[in-house]
Amino acid sequence: MTNYLWRLRKEIWASKFMGLSSSLPVFLILLMLLGLFLKAKPLFVLKPLSQIIFSSHWLPLKGHFGLWPFIMGTLWVTLLALFIAAPISLFVAIFLSEYAPSGIREIARPMIDLLAGLPSVIYGVWGVLIIVPFVGRYLAPLFGTYSSGYSVLAGGLVLAVMILPTIIHVILEIFRAIPQAVREASLSLGATKWETIKHVLLRQAAPGILAALVLGLSRALGETMAVLMVVGNVVQVPRSLFDGAYPLPALIANNYGEMMSIPLYDSALMLAAAILLVLVIIFNLIARLILLRVEKGLR
Amino acid sequence: MSLIIGRPHISLKNLNVYYGHLQVLKNITLDIPDRQITVIIGPSGCGKTTLLKTLNRLLDSVEGVRVEGRVLVDGEDIYSPGVEVTRIRKKMGLLSQRPQVLPMSIYDNVAYGPRIHGLKNKQQLDQIVERYLRIAGLWDEVKDRLSEPASRLSLGQQQRLCLARGLAVEPEIILGDEPTSALDPQSSQNVEKCLLSLKSQYTVLLVTHILRQARRIADYIVFLYLGEIVEHGPAQEVLNNPRDPRTKAYLSGEIS
Ligand SMILES: Nc1ncnc2c1ncn2[C@@H]1O[C@H](COP(=O)(O)OP(=O)(O)OP(=O)(O)O)[C@@H](O)[C@H]1O
Ligand SMILES: [Mg+2]
Repeated sequence: MTNYLWRLRKEIWASKFMGLSSSLPVFLILLMLLGLFLKAKPLFVLKPLSQIIFSSHWLPLKGHFGLWPFIMGTLWVTLLALFIAAPISLFVAIFLSEYAPSGIREIARPMIDLLAGLPSVIYGVWGVLIIVPFVGRYLAPLFGTYSSGYSVLAGGLVLAVMILPTIIHVILEIFRAIPQAVREASLSLGATKWETIKHVLLRQAAPGILAALVLGLSRALGETMAVLMVVGNVVQVPRSLFDGAYPLPALIANNYGEMMSIPLYDSALMLAAAILLVLVIIFNLIARLILLRVEKGLR
Repeated sequence: MSLIIGRPHISLKNLNVYYGHLQVLKNITLDIPDRQITVIIGPSGCGKTTLLKTLNRLLDSVEGVRVEGRVLVDGEDIYSPGVEVTRIRKKMGLLSQRPQVLPMSIYDNVAYGPRIHGLKNKQQLDQIVERYLRIAGLWDEVKDRLSEPASRLSLGQQQRLCLARGLAVEPEIILGDEPTSALDPQSSQNVEKCLLSLKSQYTVLLVTHILRQARRIADYIVFLYLGEIVEHGPAQEVLNNPRDPRTKAYLSGEIS
């Protein structure tokens, strides 16, 4: 009996401890947000927050810190990257997992993982050498506009290529986890391979695919180096894919050194970081909501 | 050579199947009678699943497989080039070892096959779903929850759902790969009852590990051992008076 009580007590401690440690990430995020907002506070004591966020007036020396161009720059580049990367990664993953012979698959897998691990500077250099001139010299004239090449489009392309391997890797794992018997169940009813993929595998994998995309998106939102090398870093709200942009991470990275000399500049950068964090959280929440709806239809 | 009475529905002629260098089925020649229950017995790894998958060409998707010899279904060689694989598969409903429901509602599981084959009419689909759920003995249990995900059903219910789903494409042949091995005795009995009642309209080919099950439902028995047919014939004969010493040993539980 005492033995039982002792075990019960251990059980309670264990569950308390696990509960506590699983709330740790939430605490960390809240702590970060709090820290950033405290640092940013001097700025929005002077002006309401909405005026800083939605203003495009960026003149640090005169005390104007409108963050809207940077927020829009981030959204343009990130969402563009996701729109490019999502269908491509899905097709590549489906091909590799369902159609390619195992030889090709076994060669492709480690190469994809290698790509996923390359330092982002390498992607940046590659973007400057190839993508930027390609956009400036060929794509822009094709669409009848002028562009230096340092643009939202270049940023989106480089970023898309960067997050592709990560997304493909995760989707491949998800497809691999689907039992062969599920495929056989559909095939044995006379469905073709493609019908099986479309109606069964994609459905089964939907939550996982969504998670993979969110992972890619989060990575894209925070990616700094490669993007700042190719987007031009122009303070403006982009109006076309060929305009330059200035995403939030680039703003922070480029100006972190000089922020001490200009009053309130440091607060503005902290606010930019906080906004970036909030964006990541918002996108994750949206994904959760979609996930809930998807899963309701499945399980 | 043929030990069966009546027209064979499936005929295997000198069938050899290899996974790479490993030969899994060796020179199988066998007639499977129309509208009877033929039960394949044999120890684990002797090639029973492989034999079933050869019949509906599910083996196609396994890499490195080689099939030699002929498989005739209704007199048609299903491995001859130009044969439409989906049409062959539609002729056979497969029940696997563990029930595999598709990630969709109960209704959609049954309607899946007919929809794939082009049926769109909602009324007709409703009828089909009800008819085959009734035949599988599941209708009364699920009629009020057809839009629920199929994975919420119990394992036994899932297996009967799989049966209904297979029947809904209107096959002529039912292939069962130890369909009751993951089920409790009551659910097993339900599935067995279904199979027995289907015999009048379908050719049933069943793999089982359970000798008592074979005794209960088999018309014909095929004993497969290390990829070869050791003995086959009417159930009573094989089960009660096995001729080959290996069959005797298996039936008495000496090899398993
Ligand atoms: N995809 C595969 N690749 C290589 N060998 C395989 C493959 N599938 C099965 N085998 C081999 O073929 C042999 C027969 O397998 P099979 O699954 O047909 O046996 P079984 O009679 O159904 O066994 P069990 O009763 O355990 O289900 C086994 O030796 C197995 O290891
Ligand atoms: Mg088997």
